Amino acid sequence: MSDQNDPMAEIRASFFIECEELLEALQDGLSEMDEGSEDPETINVVFRAVHSIKGGAGAFGLEPLVRFAHRYETVLDEVRSGRLSPDHEGQKLFFQAADHLSDLVRACRDDATVPEDQSQALLDQLNGLLGEQEEDTEVTPEEFEPLGLSLDLPDLDALPAPALTTYTIRFKPEAELYETGNEPQMLLRNLGELGEAQVSCDTSALPSLAELSPETPYVAWTIRLQTAAAEPEIREVFEFVEGLCELTISDASDTEESPPAETLPDAPATIALAGPATDPVEPEEAAAPSPDTPRKSGSGAAAKSVVRVDLERIERLVNLVGELVINQAMLSQSLEQAGLSPHSDAMNGLEEFQRLTRDIQDSVMMIRAQPVKSLFQRMSRIVREASAAVGKEVRLVTEGEATEVDKTVIERLADPLTHMIRNAVDHGLENNEARASSGKPSEGTVRLTAAHRSGRVIIEVSDDGSGIDRPRVLKIATEKGLVPPDVQMTEAEIDNLLFMPGFSTAGKVSNLSGRGVGMDVVRTAIQSLGGRINIFSERGKGTTFSISLPLTLAVLDGMVVRVANETLVLPLNVVVETLSLGPGDVQMLRPGAFVVRVRGGFVPLYDLGVILGYRGPLQDHDRGIVLLIALEDGNRAALVIDGIEDQRQVVIKGLDESFYRAPGIAAATILGDGQIALILDPSDVIASAGSIRPKDRALAERMVEHG
Amino acid sequence: MADNTTAKDLELLTFRVADQEYSLDIMSVREICGWTRTTPMPHAPAFMRGVINLRGTVLPVMDLALRLNMQSQKTSDRNVIIVVTLNGTLTGLLVDAVSDIVAISVEDLQTPPEMSSDPQSTVVRALTVIDDRMIRVLDLAAIVPSGTEEVA
Amino acid sequence: MSLTILAVDDSRTMRDMIRMALAPSGFTVHVAEDGIHGLEVLDGIDPDAIITDINMPRMDGFGFIDAVRGQDDHRATPILVLTTESAPELKMRARNAGATGWIVKPFDPVKLVKALHMVAG
Repeated sequence: MSDQNDPMAEIRASFFIECEELLEALQDGLSEMDEGSEDPETINVVFRAVHSIKGGAGAFGLEPLVRFAHRYETVLDEVRSGRLSPDHEGQKLFFQAADHLSDLVRACRDDATVPEDQSQALLDQLNGLLGEQEEDTEVTPEEFEPLGLSLDLPDLDALPAPALTTYTIRFKPEAELYETGNEPQMLLRNLGELGEAQVSCDTSALPSLAELSPETPYVAWTIRLQTAAAEPEIREVFEFVEGLCELTISDASDTEESPPAETLPDAPATIALAGPATDPVEPEEAAAPSPDTPRKSGSGAAAKSVVRVDLERIERLVNLVGELVINQAMLSQSLEQAGLSPHSDAMNGLEEFQRLTRDIQDSVMMIRAQPVKSLFQRMSRIVREASAAVGKEVRLVTEGEATEVDKTVIERLADPLTHMIRNAVDHGLENNEARASSGKPSEGTVRLTAAHRSGRVIIEVSDDGSGIDRPRVLKIATEKGLVPPDVQMTEAEIDNLLFMPGFSTAGKVSNLSGRGVGMDVVRTAIQSLGGRINIFSERGKGTTFSISLPLTLAVLDGMVVRVANETLVLPLNVVVETLSLGPGDVQMLRPGAFVVRVRGGFVPLYDLGVILGYRGPLQDHDRGIVLLIALEDGNRAALVIDGIEDQRQVVIKGLDESFYRAPGIAAATILGDGQIALILDPSDVIASAGSIRPKDRALAERMVEHG
Repeated sequence: MADNTTAKDLELLTFRVADQEYSLDIMSVREICGWTRTTPMPHAPAFMRGVINLRGTVLPVMDLALRLNMQSQKTSDRNVIIVVTLNGTLTGLLVDAVSDIVAISVEDLQTPPEMSSDPQSTVVRALTVIDDRMIRVLDLAAIVPSGTEEVA
Repeated sequence: MSLTILAVDDSRTMRDMIRMALAPSGFTVHVAEDGIHGLEVLDGIDPDAIITDINMPRMDGFGFIDAVRGQDDHRATPILVLTTESAPELKMRARNAGATGWIVKPFDPVKLVKALHMVAG
């Protein structure tokens, strides 16, 4: 059965992908049940998910998976049929079983060691739900015989040439036999394949033609079969029609009145059926590859099926569309320069072209977009495990699971989110007693939400715990030398200390949040995705971490600006507002460091031309233009530029190290005129500038507050 | 142009940089394009002229004269960019002009004499003589930054 | 002996397995993801036999068999039910719904081919 391309391996791989989908559906269904869904389809979906995993696992001989799935399925079937309704603990067990099922799937996929101890514990618990009466539904080995074994059967059968036996078979179909699509001719032919058969037809019950009613069985057959096959094999031919016919099989070999088979060759109404006497299952035919084997023609009907595409091909498409967008912008620019009337056919056509290009771009981006659901489901498991590890009752509430985000973002968000969720459970939430004494429900809540907001994806992790203990955070930061003693800091600044490398608030390092990995790693991961993370915390009420991510890694809503005759692009979403400077707006903080007055407050001023080395410092900022930028740490900064050119979507082109990419240069893009413009990361640019230290920034911010 | 003797197993693209003749194995040359304005990369070394748009790809361009520690020439429309490929990465090399494509045999290559004071010695992998002119054969791997090496 | 088969199963793995089991015998295999889809696919083809799963979304195997038997064109088309349970009551239920026979999952490709030949020629 082994093929040059090993289709089995391909199907096996596809099975594990399907398992992931089924596990997701399982999680979904269980969550719905947990929320009290009354929809009978919910338990059906849950049941089917486990059932399908079991079915596939059986086909690949994945015994531990089959065994566990079978028991799980049996329990779910009890729920489905209404004989069992799980309580809170039962529901919890279902979740655990789902988690374990997913572990088993992955262990089988990766040929890793299967956690059998855990299986046994959960199997026992599932048995507990079933009670005693279901004990007999044990999986019997022959039901789930691995595929590979049964393949050898035809050969084994073919080995000996046993003595022939003659059977007399009487067979009279009933009406139901026809109703189920069975066909006596087929049965007779199949019998013929077991050996040499003489078939005589008893038409005595046949009415005259006028009285004949279709599909009413009037006919009976008597077959004399000389075969090497034993009676069970003969019965097998009639397996599907058992109970739908009168059937008697008798061994005629030693019956005296039975004439030798040869004496009745040309009796009337006798059909001679010859077949290979010792080869009941025609293995040659089954195995013979046919030249027109139509794998493809069969797939035509599966119009709704999902196409799996190599990610590289999508990348290529995304790149091509990016070029199309650039080309279209260039074309539109040259048509404008040619002075064509806006009402000319060419300009109208161009407008349509622009619309189509945008649509294509959106559609292509959609290919890469995936709902965050799978990610959130993984987090629900993290919550279950983390809460069990620290002995807290925690409920995870998720919202916006259908929110779609670029696939790469989802993949690279898993680790930071896991860490944040564990943090929320471990550090964010108080223990049950502390909650009770402060009048909160003993069960803590962790919320995980996703939403689209003004062209970005906002993902929030929040807990209803005690909030950030700021005096303690400050104390630890001072002790660790992260901030100078006696420093005055705003609440937001103290909260942001959590993101400093080497900071950990846990009094004792728990084995849950782990050691070494801090929120600084989380922030770096988010930033590498073009995202930002912010903290909002209220004492006694809880803490919220808010992650803001670009919708896609391939396009950016940018503000195109000019600095010293160079064109630069800044992410539009960081630009709070644009200001034009008047006399006295810029004040010197100390030589080389300036602040700008913004509505009575002061914001540190940075000259992009100087930071990027395009030119020396300006003597006079009067009538200059500044962009007020929201930095990742919640602070603001003002960037001096020479002029604003445009606001538009740009296609991001990566720059690797071979480009001598300086800090703050995030990527590049190609503008409508074909020129390349660099895309800046303002926070990085300012961090690299280093001319104004955090202390100054803190000072400037306080001036804002009191100003 | 070289004559048609046998065993010409190496083709070189020869070009001028700061009035000197250099060459590269033609197999590493992807294309040659005209000079276009580069977008400078902030804080990059001086020989890194910036990036240009090569049909939708962002191409880093090096000033080969500066890279070879020679005086950079004033660039004009007559300059050309040789697009080379090394380990799958494209880089543009700004040169004064492309001269010729010559076929030589490997035996015609000479190892340059050891001169430790010569800053070019590490980037010139061989010398050859064509029509009485000395041509330097550049070692592309030594010129084009590979990954983390030499990054500013 | 090239037969045209319609296989209805909500599991992609099962559909792939069926296709792989039948393709070497020169069968033409059409697939559908559930009962409703199965009826849609059936509309354009005239299979020699149908294989169907029981547990499926939208329309399960029993409903599907019932609907197929209700169509004049397919009243006598052999239908094999794929079942993981060899429990007699499930076989009875399948037969009562009009199934011709059954295959116990995980199936042996040779037995599947044999069963199809048994019911469809």
